[in-house]
Amino acid sequence: MLDSVLFYFFGGVAVLSAVLMVTRRNAMHSAVFLITTLMATAGIFLQLRAEFLFIAQIILYVGGIMVLFIFVIMLVRLDVALHHVRFRMQKMVAVLVALALGFEVLAILYAARRLPGQGLFISEITPPDKLPPNSEELAKSLFSAYLLPFEIASVLLLVAMVGAVVMAKSKKGAEEQ
Amino acid sequence: MMSPAHYLFLSLALFLIGCIGVTTRRNVIVVLMSIELILNAVNINLVMFSRVFGDVAGQVFALFIIADAAAEAAVGLGIIIAFFRNRETVLADEMDLLKW
Repeated sequence: MLDSVLFYFFGGVAVLSAVLMVTRRNAMHSAVFLITTLMATAGIFLQLRAEFLFIAQIILYVGGIMVLFIFVIMLVRLDVALHHVRFRMQKMVAVLVALALGFEVLAILYAARRLPGQGLFISEITPPDKLPPNSEELAKSLFSAYLLPFEIASVLLLVAMVGAVVMAKSKKGAEEQ
Repeated sequence: MMSPAHYLFLSLALFLIGCIGVTTRRNVIVVLMSIELILNAVNINLVMFSRVFGDVAGQVFALFIIADAAAEAAVGLGIIIAFFRNRETVLADEMDLLKW
């Protein structure tokens, strides 16, 4: 009962604010609605008993990535973007293509359900009170089986950091040196 | 928890909304935000199947996707700032240097 209430609440908030994010004209409003979606998704993670990801989602996405987005929205002048809309046809085509994609995925899900022994529904799910501590399990897995991907991810972050600095550095500053 | 199908439909809805955002919006910053939304929808699936199969690997993968999204946002926003400095715009329509 509680599970379904939580699921529909967080899912509804996530979908609603995602729709608002895509439709709002103002980029800052979009960013705020995206933050709401990300928080609602964090709620879904918590409802799935993934406590570590719940915290990581809030700290990393909402506290890190979205703050970066908002900084850039403030840095970049956007009032030009608020006015003229040129391609109305593009929206129609985009919605149609997205709906076609959605129907394809739904058809695949429907077909998967009808295959013998291949369905989506798994009979035995561990009850929440029998689950091992989430952060502990995650850390064990991350630092044993997935140690190499972890290191690669850290190198990736380093490369991204250097890349971002190089991209955002002004040319004039480089010439003065 | 609810049935896996519930989560699949939720994540499908978020994914499609993100796709519509990527294809319709002209502001590149909002396009990048829609990509974050798509990555997030994928994360819901990963965490749900990790719960269903009782294997924590899905959550590890979701963590990698979050790190990847952070890297992508940093580089993407750096590119946007560099582009804005050169062309004074962030609209995808005006990025037409390669157009015939």
